[in-house]
Amino acid sequence: MNFDYNEEQQLLADSLRRYLQAQYSFEQRKKVLDGSPEIWGKFAEMGLMALPLSPDHGGFGGGAVDLMAIMEAFGEALVVEPYLATLMASRLVARAGSAEQKGALLPAVAEGRMKLAFAHTERGARYDLAAVKCSAKKSGDHWVIDGEKKAVPVGDRLVVSARTSKGVALFLTDDVKGPTRRALDGFIERDIVFSGTKAEALEGGLAEIEETVDFATALICAEAVGAMKFSCDTTLEYLKTRKQFGVPIGTFQALQHRVVDLYIATEQARSMACLACSKIDSSETSKERARAISAAKIKIADASRHVSQEAVQLHGGMGMSEELKISHSFRRLTVLARQFGDADHHLARFASV
Amino acid sequence: MDLNYSAEELAFRDEARAWLAKNLPRELKQKVENYEHLSKEDLLRWHRILADKGWVAPAWPKEWGGTGWNVVQRYIFEEELGYSGGPPLIPFGLTMCAAVLLQFGTDAQKKKYLPRIYRGEDFWCQGYSEPGSGSDLASLKTKAVRQGDHYVVNGQKIWTTLAHYADWIFCLVRTDSGEKRQDGISFLLIDMKTPGITIRPLILMDGAHEVNEVFFDDVKVPVENRVHDEGKGWTVAKYLLGYERMNTGRIGGSKRELEKVKEFSKGVADPRFRDRLSRLEVELMALEITNLRFLDRMRRTGQPPGADVSMLKIKGTEIQQGLTELAFDAMDPTASDEFSVALRKRYLSMRKTTIYAGSNEIQRNIISKMTLGL
Repeated sequence: MNFDYNEEQQLLADSLRRYLQAQYSFEQRKKVLDGSPEIWGKFAEMGLMALPLSPDHGGFGGGAVDLMAIMEAFGEALVVEPYLATLMASRLVARAGSAEQKGALLPAVAEGRMKLAFAHTERGARYDLAAVKCSAKKSGDHWVIDGEKKAVPVGDRLVVSARTSKGVALFLTDDVKGPTRRALDGFIERDIVFSGTKAEALEGGLAEIEETVDFATALICAEAVGAMKFSCDTTLEYLKTRKQFGVPIGTFQALQHRVVDLYIATEQARSMACLACSKIDSSETSKERARAISAAKIKIADASRHVSQEAVQLHGGMGMSEELKISHSFRRLTVLARQFGDADHHLARFASV
Repeated sequence: MDLNYSAEELAFRDEARAWLAKNLPRELKQKVENYEHLSKEDLLRWHRILADKGWVAPAWPKEWGGTGWNVVQRYIFEEELGYSGGPPLIPFGLTMCAAVLLQFGTDAQKKKYLPRIYRGEDFWCQGYSEPGSGSDLASLKTKAVRQGDHYVVNGQKIWTTLAHYADWIFCLVRTDSGEKRQDGISFLLIDMKTPGITIRPLILMDGAHEVNEVFFDDVKVPVENRVHDEGKGWTVAKYLLGYERMNTGRIGGSKRELEKVKEFSKGVADPRFRDRLSRLEVELMALEITNLRFLDRMRRTGQPPGADVSMLKIKGTEIQQGLTELAFDAMDPTASDEFSVALRKRYLSMRKTTIYAGSNEIQRNIISKMTLGL
């Protein structure tokens, strides 16, 4: 039993935090929202993309626990780079790709030369991973994909799920360019229509998708803990400095108890994020993994909602203002609470496994 | 990061679990499982079985009968004790009075009291709360006036758990009513057989006699029964507050209750009930890991637990109450068998958990002040 990050994990997290404090402050982040290739290059230089990849492809072979501290730091700084998107798609390539496909993509990902994205969610699917209507058909020596994917992150190549006569399968395509938009939390996304789009097959299907989504869920649990920690610390600071009736509002017990509950919720959420990441790395069965991930996501969803809503409320009118970071952590936590399944979805899954 | 116990710790857990299962008398286990009344003899029987094994006071120094286990082993054992379904070990002597004596007692006091506590020969209770002094403990009024080689105590304590079983009571009393009220408090050990002590039962809403009022009317207490200096009672009380709060979450006991509720509610098909149960299970999973994180911190730093462990008491009691409420809801509303009646009473009784041992509001005050600096 040991809840510490090891020295390597801690050093990486420290240097990442220093970088984010210097280059990704709330003011600078507003500019980043207009796009900045330097940041991606810097992340690659720090080894963030290489960390979870195999040494065969220029990676360090890290697991979810190794990524925890990074995601937490991203959560604190509200980083909107498509890091998780690339991690998810490259995990699918690593698990379902041929040696040739892996060799063509993963070293480029590790070096920061290529972004990948997983195009999976479809209209009306909500959180049902099996709800795939996009179809793939063999056409000569390659495949073609038809159908629509929703809210796809940006990427230079895409991993796409599509239905064949044998069920849900995975494919690789070039990016399909089209208009993009900012989601509620500032992340870039777009809807993609595949129309006879040329694709190559990967060797995998629903089991790989479920594993990768569980992996990503564990990571956003850690990210949410970072965003919650930021929300708690900032709210506490506000309670100590904001004066009304001639005294700091933090002297009022009605507010003290509420901020204590935010800290407790965040600590309980952190415990579940530890469980989720550690079970991604150590689960012996998919059932064991699914149970831990859903348990964690239930807590993270509940705590994200509680902490984000109370942080805004305790900031008063300022909490509503676009100018304060707290309103942006509210947006991010609102999205994280639902990403890869809200509490209701995971309650049903938790009870079924 | 590694959330799992080591192989040695697992072996230790298995050994403790197996021994407890083998040595817990079946009648006691059944009484606890059915939420029946536990007599003084029931409590002491389990106490003595553990004392004979040398496991009744793991945290004490070895010379007084402690086991020499580290904090993690002690936690594992406490959790197994809760999980075993045995009667609770009453903490007033074993945990509280003993901690005070070990820290502040004279050699003579330690020799006189500790072995008898260990063997379950003296049953202790705690005289803290008074009718006008609950959360604001330092306002207590029970007075001890020095007369030669003894104090004369007058006043009243309330909510005194199991005073009707007790041979001894440790009390906070006012020996001086000077400027700073905390400075006038002293810590006395009082023999319950002393003339002038009257016990009046306070029956709680579940109909059980568990707590009492204790009246002191010119009760003579030898000065040698004072622990630490006169006027230092508040120091003692504060020390005790921060002592041994490792298992305030009662996780082992709640795990056992959760298993019972799951079994018990199998006939309930409503997904809304299922979701409430799942949410509680998740809270308990989280609390267990949070508790282990505190323990890991203690082990690494060698420091006693900080004020933030108050969250274990808050969450632990909320979970205990939640489980009892779910069991209540899972029950057939028309059931009138003995178990169902006991279960309904338990729901009533468990409301005390968020009030006793520093109400959950006081715990929030502690975190707010000590951890968050508000």
